[in-house]
Amino acid sequence: MRKTWDIHGGIHPAENKQQSLTGSLQAVPLPKTLVLPLSQHIGGPATPVVSIGDKVLKGQLIAAAKGFVSAPVHASSSGVISAIEERAVPHVSGMQAPCIVIETDGDDHWIEHSGTADYRKKTASELAAIIRDKGITGLGGAGFPTAVKLQPQQTIDTLLINATECEPYITADDQLMRQRSADILVGIDILAHILGDPERVLIGIEDNKPEAQEALANALANKPVTEHAPPIEVVEFPTKYPSGGEKQLIQILTGEEVPSGKLPADLGIVCQNIGTTHAIYRAVCHGEPLVSRVTTVTGKACSKPGNFEVLIGTPVAHLLEQAGFDEALCPQLIMGGPMMGFALPSTAVPIVKATNCLLATTAQESPAPPPAQACIRCGHCAEVCPANLLPQQLYWHAQSKNYERLEAHHLGDCIECGACSYVCPSSIPLVQYYRAAKGEIRLINEEKQQSDRARIRFERHQARIEQEEKDKAAKREARKLAAEAAKAKREADPKTGATDTTSVNTEKSTADLDIVQAAMARVAANKASPQDQRKRFERAIETTAARLAKAEKDLEALTKDDSAELNKEQLAQLDQHRASVEQARLRHQEAKNKLAALDAEQSSEQKTQPESPTDNAGEPTLDRAATAIARAQKNAAQLALMTPEQKLQKQRDSLEKRLSKAQTRLAQAESEGNEQLEAFAKAVSTLNEKIKATDRELATLTQATQPANKPAQQSEETR
Amino acid sequence: MALARKSSPHTHGPRSTQWLMQQVLIATVPGLIVLTSFFGIGTLLNILIASVTAIGCEAAVLKLRKRPLGFYLSDYSALVTAVLLGIALPPLVPWWLTVTGTAFAIIIAKHLYGGMGYNPFNPAMIGYVVLLISFPLQMSAWLAPGGLLVDGTPAMGPDFMSSLKIVFLGNPIDGFTAATPLDAFKHNSGLLVSQFYEQTPQFSQGQWAGFGWEWVNIAFLFGGVYLLARKVFTWHGPVGMLAGLSVMALFNYDGGSSTSNGSILFHLLSGATMFGAFFIVTDPVTSATSNRGRLIYGAMIGIIMFLIRSWGNYPEALAFAVLLMNFAAPFIDYYTPPRTYGHSKSGTIIHRSKED
Ligand code: SF4
Ligand code: SF4
Repeated sequence: MRKTWDIHGGIHPAENKQQSLTGSLQAVPLPKTLVLPLSQHIGGPATPVVSIGDKVLKGQLIAAAKGFVSAPVHASSSGVISAIEERAVPHVSGMQAPCIVIETDGDDHWIEHSGTADYRKKTASELAAIIRDKGITGLGGAGFPTAVKLQPQQTIDTLLINATECEPYITADDQLMRQRSADILVGIDILAHILGDPERVLIGIEDNKPEAQEALANALANKPVTEHAPPIEVVEFPTKYPSGGEKQLIQILTGEEVPSGKLPADLGIVCQNIGTTHAIYRAVCHGEPLVSRVTTVTGKACSKPGNFEVLIGTPVAHLLEQAGFDEALCPQLIMGGPMMGFALPSTAVPIVKATNCLLATTAQESPAPPPAQACIRCGHCAEVCPANLLPQQLYWHAQSKNYERLEAHHLGDCIECGACSYVCPSSIPLVQYYRAAKGEIRLINEEKQQSDRARIRFERHQARIEQEEKDKAAKREARKLAAEAAKAKREADPKTGATDTTSVNTEKSTADLDIVQAAMARVAANKASPQDQRKRFERAIETTAARLAKAEKDLEALTKDDSAELNKEQLAQLDQHRASVEQARLRHQEAKNKLAALDAEQSSEQKTQPESPTDNAGEPTLDRAATAIARAQKNAAQLALMTPEQKLQKQRDSLEKRLSKAQTRLAQAESEGNEQLEAFAKAVSTLNEKIKATDRELATLTQATQPANKPAQQSEETR
Repeated sequence: MALARKSSPHTHGPRSTQWLMQQVLIATVPGLIVLTSFFGIGTLLNILIASVTAIGCEAAVLKLRKRPLGFYLSDYSALVTAVLLGIALPPLVPWWLTVTGTAFAIIIAKHLYGGMGYNPFNPAMIGYVVLLISFPLQMSAWLAPGGLLVDGTPAMGPDFMSSLKIVFLGNPIDGFTAATPLDAFKHNSGLLVSQFYEQTPQFSQGQWAGFGWEWVNIAFLFGGVYLLARKVFTWHGPVGMLAGLSVMALFNYDGGSSTSNGSILFHLLSGATMFGAFFIVTDPVTSATSNRGRLIYGAMIGIIMFLIRSWGNYPEALAFAVLLMNFAAPFIDYYTPPRTYGHSKSGTIIHRSKED
């Protein structure tokens, strides 16, 4: 037997898998409507290629992939497109997103399609293109477009197939392996062929699935021998959560760790979910796009739990009905497993490509957590963390919003497996804190990146000015000539205007070229009109504001009467409310930022227009690309003009804002005798420190740059 | 349909803080039985007085801080502090001493620092040290273990009624006390260890490390092993401490000369060694957090204990050693982070050294 390695930590929650494994894979009656979100995968949402009223056939492309990391969407049954609109989608945030809605006609009529059994005659890129065009994404839960992982730059020597399914309750892969192992092996062989037949092809499976292992072994024994095909090995290892995490599985099967910030491909490893291999087989050998998947429906609130082969887009309510779901018994419905799944806002959302399980537990089966107590630093969380982090330290720093310490403690390496929360005797919702902190850090990093970019532009700009000083006259002449030529050309043929402008600009320095390319990309990515975007952001701001207000009100209602003693439940509620206020605040901020970014873009656009060289002729239809390019140049110039002092000043302003907020919070905490008092106080003092540091920096900078700035400004004027 | 929307995970393990605290209380039982059988009901009286005081103080502070009483009292943490302090105090100390120490432990050492989970110092040890410094006389009067033959007559502890009188009415305890083995050993002047053992009844009647005390230590070791088996804590803290103490004893035991500092066995089975290793060093709140950190933390306590026992002014040193290391715990944490998945030891990213 092949050697396996152990991962750090891990837990053994009750498996609860047998309930859904009593029967065989069941079909689901055709639902009346199918709701297909445009974004069921990680990456850019697909673009609709049908319109309302169109008749579609099963398997017909209805939305095309956009960008490299994206996946198309296909009609999962025949019918009529009845709407393309925002619908509730299964997402942690309970948000709405664009969906294509199909009224099915009951025929389930396939579009013409065909595959090939002779896939080994095809090239890797042909096969990868099929996998991409058939809309295949990882079916294990994350939903990463499969084709993207299949053409790495690195040489791949190991293909790992993840048949772990380590989450309790879920048996979708198990059932699939029991019934379709021959097909799965073909799918694996296709993958191996695409990856240039790596040395090792390992199927990693936990020792709690003997039937599936046997089925795989039988299928392996009967598999026809193909030339070149590497041997496929089934590797069993002890059941432990979360062995199925990609990084964990790699460690178990190869003993290697994926370096932080790198990809498995950097180790020569590609990892795919076993359900995905089945979808690949259907796509390549039968030409079927991904229109259905196996989903486990289980939990005591379902009288007939089992595994269902369900069409993508089927409303959750319809699928639950097949499993004998009793709404009255079920306080919360989870998509995914109990450890990493998320609670659904309603049963109206559809099944998507990544939906491996619907978990409808009763209140007794998964009781509400007791209210959190103080962390007693028992260290149980650190013992079970598969990433070998110190969860209690992360919790501590997340509470005091100490982002530097959080990053020093590698918060980014947390896989949110929930093992720490599971064992915490004080039942602290640790993962919830990590998610909130990660969100904050993301926001801060975005801000930082923006200012960094501005700084780089400033430096480039300085260099460029020096260069330009020398051959300014010649350049101006050249530009004028080029602009005239471009204008003439565009007037002759307005359609090619965009490319012409680009060619003019390519004559400029490479720095400009970058900007132009960025602008082009932005134009390509920004099909929605600014007005639409604006409306969307405004709506988002409104809703988040409302949500925030409500959450704050709830919280206030609870804390208002502070002379009263809180009982257990209220205390639990308090925690929950605090968390939701925090979340709502984050969302609100995010929406606002987006709108502000949009506004800034638009206002600079307005300013640019009159002096934009492309607009001289006063053409009524202004080429969008040309404007964007001009805008980008202008933006770059503006940003570059921003002196370091101004930037520091800005930074200081925002720090001050944060400080005043922190101070009010501290005051509030003091008056309430809040237990987080210390944390708040610490936050205030660190902010004070930071402001002081910024002031110092500002002072030195002002002295240093005063003389240096003058020539730059002069050159700006003389230009 | 209204569905609750909680964050993952949606399931929780069977353990609670209450359960952990209960386990600690259960694990003190063997030690308590042996203590009581040698030293009478003094320790139980200590625990009773300390518990009532602790719960009263805890309730009062919670009331002041406007916290729900039932919820916080049910975590048993105040009770654990009271029991540990009660065990640490000499049997039959006057009641007001116990009350003072406990009140100090709960109000100052625990709640003034933010309450459960936030206290940097072990409350029971703070209470103990405050009493030791303020009332050295009462705090160093240990009873003679029952059954110890002194000049041919077996020592008899005070009976039930006189015990109560000593504790509550302040009757004198003098007639019943004797030096503890650690005390006696410290005052050995000029005798070889073997001679000293022969001449001192505490040692001559004991098996390894002093009559009565060795069994008290073995009983606490037993309770500790129970906690280890139930995975209430990992072995790192206790083993670190016992190892630290043993190594120091090994290097300083010169085969039993007149200036010897005592053998390994003597140190392991004397005084508060086992009680400290499994019930004090393992207090999670005030110790280091990582396993490596706890090993170092424990070892340092063992070493400091030996230093104070051998060359300090106090015969027993657990409380001082623990408080000192409580102080150092955050630094230990700072320098002993575990190696995160995908990171090299130094905190930078590891690269693959591929051997194909
Ligand atoms: S498991 Fe909970 S109580 Fe224990 S150290 Fe971790 S966060 Fe604190
Ligand atoms: S959720 Fe993060 S911190 Fe908690 S155990 Fe999993 S990886 Fe570790």
